[in-house]
Amino acid sequence: MLDLKKYQCLGEALRDALDRWPNEVCLIESDRDRERTRLTYSDFKETALPLARALQDAGFRAGDRAAIIMTNQSKWLISAYAVMLCGGVLVPLDYKLTATEHLALLAHSQAKVLFTEFHLWRAITQAPGFDSLAAETILVTEAPGSAGLVKAFRWEDYRRKGSPEFIPRKRDDWASIVYSSGTGGQPKGCVLTNENYLEQCTALTALYPFWPGVRYLSILPTNHAVDFMVGFIGPFVCGATVVHLRTLRPEFVRDAFVRYRITYLSLVPMVLKNLERGLRSKFDELSRPRRWMLDRLIALNRVLTRGKPRVGMSRLLLSQIHGAFGGSLRAMFVGGAFMEPSTLQFFYDLGVPVSNGYGLTEASTVLTLNDCKPFRSDTVGKPLPGVELRILNPNDDNIGEVAARSKTVMSHYLNNPELTAETIVDGWLLTGDLGRFDEAGHLQLFGRKRNMIVTEGGKNIYPEDIETAFDGLPVKEYSVFSANYIWPKNKLGNESLVMVVRLEQGQEFTSELREDLAARNRRLPDFKRISGYFVVGKDFPRTASMKIKRNQLAEEIGKTMDQTAVVEL
Amino acid sequence: MPAFDQTLDEVLDLAATRFQVPREKLSPDDDFFQKLGINSLQALDLLTRLENHFRVELPDYEMQGVSDFRTLASRIQARL
Repeated sequence: MLDLKKYQCLGEALRDALDRWPNEVCLIESDRDRERTRLTYSDFKETALPLARALQDAGFRAGDRAAIIMTNQSKWLISAYAVMLCGGVLVPLDYKLTATEHLALLAHSQAKVLFTEFHLWRAITQAPGFDSLAAETILVTEAPGSAGLVKAFRWEDYRRKGSPEFIPRKRDDWASIVYSSGTGGQPKGCVLTNENYLEQCTALTALYPFWPGVRYLSILPTNHAVDFMVGFIGPFVCGATVVHLRTLRPEFVRDAFVRYRITYLSLVPMVLKNLERGLRSKFDELSRPRRWMLDRLIALNRVLTRGKPRVGMSRLLLSQIHGAFGGSLRAMFVGGAFMEPSTLQFFYDLGVPVSNGYGLTEASTVLTLNDCKPFRSDTVGKPLPGVELRILNPNDDNIGEVAARSKTVMSHYLNNPELTAETIVDGWLLTGDLGRFDEAGHLQLFGRKRNMIVTEGGKNIYPEDIETAFDGLPVKEYSVFSANYIWPKNKLGNESLVMVVRLEQGQEFTSELREDLAARNRRLPDFKRISGYFVVGKDFPRTASMKIKRNQLAEEIGKTMDQTAVVEL
Repeated sequence: MPAFDQTLDEVLDLAATRFQVPREKLSPDDDFFQKLGINSLQALDLLTRLENHFRVELPDYEMQGVSDFRTLASRIQARL
């Protein structure tokens, strides 16, 4: 791989990678069972340079911001590299947000350029507030021939002849603005620098190396810091290949493992559990003798890999299972939310190490990662090289808030010095997560200090964001909390949101009111819904400016009521 | 091309069979995540079955923001 210590910016490193491995395949894009695109590093460069030149000719300059709203595909990475060549700042946005949310983040980030897909652009042009979109250059991919694009250009046609001027940046220059999911009321744009990324890449590839021929299956969204790193930068600076799937139907993902002999991939807990469920049901269908043999082989594999993974040997012992994964899988990475130890153990016993990690966008994502030497299912691993962690204000069980100091910690929150000052204190990033170190130096997590939940899909959900969905509910007042915030359990998993309600004098909680509440709840995406509600007998404590004192309210409820008071919706 | 109501009925029938929920418990405006007890991955599985049944291709993005049977059926109908 490239020696990233030599580089000042991502653009420079990627530029050298494209020249170092011109004939290696860098991208494969598949749609169902059809391979759409296969690009070498040389092809990638030839596609990106005219795009970068066109952007420069249109006035895109160093430090200007370019947003990308796309599903995972080769055009995402090509657009990103073109921006980096121009010295621009990437604003990768989640394609699953609504058009209204996209417009709000585009305004907040002051993106001058927008790269997006046709169906997403169509939704944006139809959203309220579209007229205030300030982006000057909008490039839309895969627009049908007859489609009106309003003020956008077709991405495929936006090219200029001649080489772009490469604009180098320094390590502490901004590389991207990455929005942390969930807002707690305002967008949290983490400003990540070139140094953040270069340091993170160095640390991760030291643990899990890439090289030409390695194939990474990119199924987490590339706007997220994890996939940006291990599904783009990491493979590219090592001459490896990224595989994109335009559809994530389980049957096509299974095919991709085999067709492309995948080496690594990252998953969120929900997907891994789904995979486990599928495998277990296949095992249950085996005849008794075959099941007995499989169980013996798994037990033998468990013994032989006690100290560390032995992937080659596991592939021999459990050849059919590994064949289903393509026969080349070295590890899966999981994080973003609580992962049940039994699921991790299940895969490790099959000889497929799942490396459980922890981090936040504010730290370029990864702070700790399991190296599986030996395998631990009960921790999120040790700090990455270059990351210092400490536990603040530990209680009698040595559990306290995890704080991090590293060259991978973000510069600041965009346009929010107060929040930045609360979050990075004396050079330490306060994560808001509760944990402790064990004797082996592994971090174990025990809950959150903040009033929020993380879904199985790795999304941060702040209760304040959910409350607007219930505006107009005919009660005196209400507030949404993470159940674990009111009734701390000192462990992660099974996170849910609950609503506390204060009725008007003389009001009863009728079936009509319950149905109104349930109907509003159903309009939310499933992962944002409240699981239940309960009624309190006194007014909420408020500040002089009438804001709810959430901490005090949660504390009062926790002391006087049991979680069994929650009525399920 | 079948009428929309027929498409909607077939969607409800298929969903009920796939996830073993009594057909009479499902209504067009129901939230299918809740009524079928499924997550987003299982919803993709439902989409594949619907594609095979109606012989259409539905890109994953067609499911974005969709959580009721009626809207799902309208997306299918638009491609018939």
